[in-house]
Amino acid sequence: MKGLKIIVLAKQVPDTRNVGKDAMKADGTVNRAVLPAIFNPEDLNALELALRVKDTIPGTTVTILTMGPGRAAEIIREGLYRGADGGILLTDRAFAGSDTLATSYALSQTIKEMGKFDLIIAGRQAIDGDTAQVGPQVAEKLGINQITYVEEILQLEKSGIKVRRRLDNGVETVKAPLPILLTVNSSAPDCRSRNAKLLMKYKHARTVTERQDAAEDYLFLYDSRPFLNIQEMTVSMIQSEPDQLGLTGSPTKVKRIENVILQAKDAKRLTAADEGINDLMKELIDSHVIG
Amino acid sequence: MANLYTDNRDLKFHLSHPMMQKLVMLKERNFVDKDDFDYAPIDFEDAMDSYERVLEVVGEISGDIIAPNAESIDAEGPRVENGRVIYAKGTQENLDALVKAGLLGITLPRRFGGLNFPIVPYIMAADIVSRADAGFVNIWGLQDCAETLNEFATEEQKERWLTRVVHGDTMAMDLTEPDAGSDLQAVQLKATWSEKKGTWLLNGVKRFITNGDGDIALVLARSEEGTRDGRGLSMYVYDKRNGGVTVRRIEHKMGIIGSPTCELVFKDAPGELIGNRKMGLIKYVMALMNGARLGIAAQSVGISEAAYREALQYAKERAQFGKTIINFPAVYEMLSVMKAKLDASRTLLYETARFVDIYKTYQHISEERKLTTEEREEMKEFQRLADIFTPLVKGITSEYCNQNAYDAIQIHGGSGFMKDYAVERIYRDARITSIYEGTTQLQVVAAIRGVTTEGYLKQIRVYEKMELRPDLEKYRRVLISLTWDYEEAVEKVINGGDNEFIDFHARRLVEMAGYIIMSYLLVLDANRDMEYARSAQNFNKMAKGEVKARAEFIRASSLEDIGHYKY
Repeated sequence: MKGLKIIVLAKQVPDTRNVGKDAMKADGTVNRAVLPAIFNPEDLNALELALRVKDTIPGTTVTILTMGPGRAAEIIREGLYRGADGGILLTDRAFAGSDTLATSYALSQTIKEMGKFDLIIAGRQAIDGDTAQVGPQVAEKLGINQITYVEEILQLEKSGIKVRRRLDNGVETVKAPLPILLTVNSSAPDCRSRNAKLLMKYKHARTVTERQDAAEDYLFLYDSRPFLNIQEMTVSMIQSEPDQLGLTGSPTKVKRIENVILQAKDAKRLTAADEGINDLMKELIDSHVIG
Repeated sequence: MANLYTDNRDLKFHLSHPMMQKLVMLKERNFVDKDDFDYAPIDFEDAMDSYERVLEVVGEISGDIIAPNAESIDAEGPRVENGRVIYAKGTQENLDALVKAGLLGITLPRRFGGLNFPIVPYIMAADIVSRADAGFVNIWGLQDCAETLNEFATEEQKERWLTRVVHGDTMAMDLTEPDAGSDLQAVQLKATWSEKKGTWLLNGVKRFITNGDGDIALVLARSEEGTRDGRGLSMYVYDKRNGGVTVRRIEHKMGIIGSPTCELVFKDAPGELIGNRKMGLIKYVMALMNGARLGIAAQSVGISEAAYREALQYAKERAQFGKTIINFPAVYEMLSVMKAKLDASRTLLYETARFVDIYKTYQHISEERKLTTEEREEMKEFQRLADIFTPLVKGITSEYCNQNAYDAIQIHGGSGFMKDYAVERIYRDARITSIYEGTTQLQVVAAIRGVTTEGYLKQIRVYEKMELRPDLEKYRRVLISLTWDYEEAVEKVINGGDNEFIDFHARRLVEMAGYIIMSYLLVLDANRDMEYARSAQNFNKMAKGEVKARAEFIRASSLEDIGHYKY
């Protein structure tokens, strides 16, 4: 089988896994200044799946597509360190304030500019919004098939792909023709570490904007090492309707944000006998915690 | 989620030692590789940045994968099936992660696919991995053997073997035999040239071989029939793909259980000669052992670090008599002494690594071009230092890691004796460090030359002259006085003119030199960073007591006394 062209959708997110008391600002928005920006965890699972295809099918290329502010170029570097072949940072003020609809619109319009592809792989959802909408919406907008909650690619041939999905109540094996979009669960294999050589090779990789902004010492490198140029795309480089972009293109409006503090107020004492355990099981099933 | 590089500021401190500038310039030959290799550094800062980033990856893998696997590997261990070793599940995971991250062949030249790192960052990686799992580090650390191939094999051989190491083939050094342990001159495994097959054939038994089922092995064998000493031994490289070696059994060990220690049977196993015949033990094994000894020193420092951290954490959490036990003098003193020993071990480790680095790099440069007179002098100087510091650091750090593991259990009390706490494993893992690659007693045999040739004294004088902040002067005064004690003791023992008398006091003399050297190094560290003032002070006090005690013992000792000890 000849090499595939894979696009990985990835997002830079605030690390909400270790939230302290300053995580939210008084106005209810995320205080990005105190939370480190990281590669969205399930997007790393998506990248690993893509890299495994690359490992087994020679000639496969993996391109990372991310939308975000200039600093999101770090996501592309992190991808390059792990074996991605290249990346595109989609960045423009016009995209600011995008909800999932506007984001998937911008991403799908960009993908249309990227030429033919075989696979798009994305994380199931990002830890800052937890919507799990962008992947499926991109597939819809591109008019291609999608399989969500993927855990493992079992078979990949010209005729199609067979994957295992991890669902709440079990696993499911499904087949579909290419091209296709997959969204990947965190139950998929962890992403590999950065590779020492790739890390040293790409550590100076920068977008044009980064090179202008930063006091870079190694500017002379970019002509002799073209792979250090991270491609940046702006709104003018894609076909788009302005009213579908950014805040204007985002029907989602945040009405109110509440701090929910989970507290166990009523302690319940159970007996170690069968009866107590049976009661607990019954209660958990009734409240749909299990079952 | 821990990163064992970034959570330990001592590592960056030692990585950024002023001598690194010179060392990196030499190692990178003024950055000549930058046009041919896209991952080669552009300049000194770029190289240092690369070392740090790669060490961050080592720290991440160590924290996320290797350390969490340590307990299950210790419980499961490797096994033998049909003459082949099967690693514990976690061992294989660790190895796969490191191979994928490109962390094999760290010091090898780029033309063979290596990273061309100096020994300092490589040893630092070993220090980090050892803290995560001291048993696992053996398997990964045997890439040291490739360095010996890089030193003595032909270009064509390097091309074939080193490229495989870089891609993840593991190695082994097959030296020990049932009747040839510390005394390798007694090696009997036979190498015979077969005209018919056009290769050397190896026959015999090796024992206690770490990772004995590795992909590529360096084998010490007797190539000269009828000889009985070291001059009849040659070095061979064996490729597991060719077959001929089976694993008869693996040892049931007290510690480092994940590291398979094999008994190997060679039956007409093809071997390829490395370098010249008869030089196997005299030259190549010596180089191999020196590299391995530095590796064990790194392993020891990693173990000390792990022991100290476990003890510190426990002492901060465990409350008795209404307060956490770290508030009791008996406990906090123990912890501070552990920390002082840890800091002393580590500073000596990286000082030695720098000496080895500069000497070895000059040696490789001398194969490319003629060295200038000054360069040649410098190479000899650093070789001399490397030769006397290597047994010193191996001996001292391995003893210290045992002491620290012992104290770490002591601080845990009864809990530390239980399998529930990591210190129990750390204690068992520590025990081998002062035994293999030459016992502490044999390190002393090598190190005593540093005493008799005044090598240590010369280096002590170098430290003595270093610029210091005024507040650190008091330590120098103590050390100058201890150096007098040392010189007096050396003079008495050496001038006694009796070899047994020298052997009898050798360890005492080597340790006296060691205390003075480590204390100076810690004072110099404190001079560069106040964080080390505490260990500099505590170690200086300890050094005073220890050196004085040995000085008194020697002062009161005479040749006749030895009789009271003899059997």
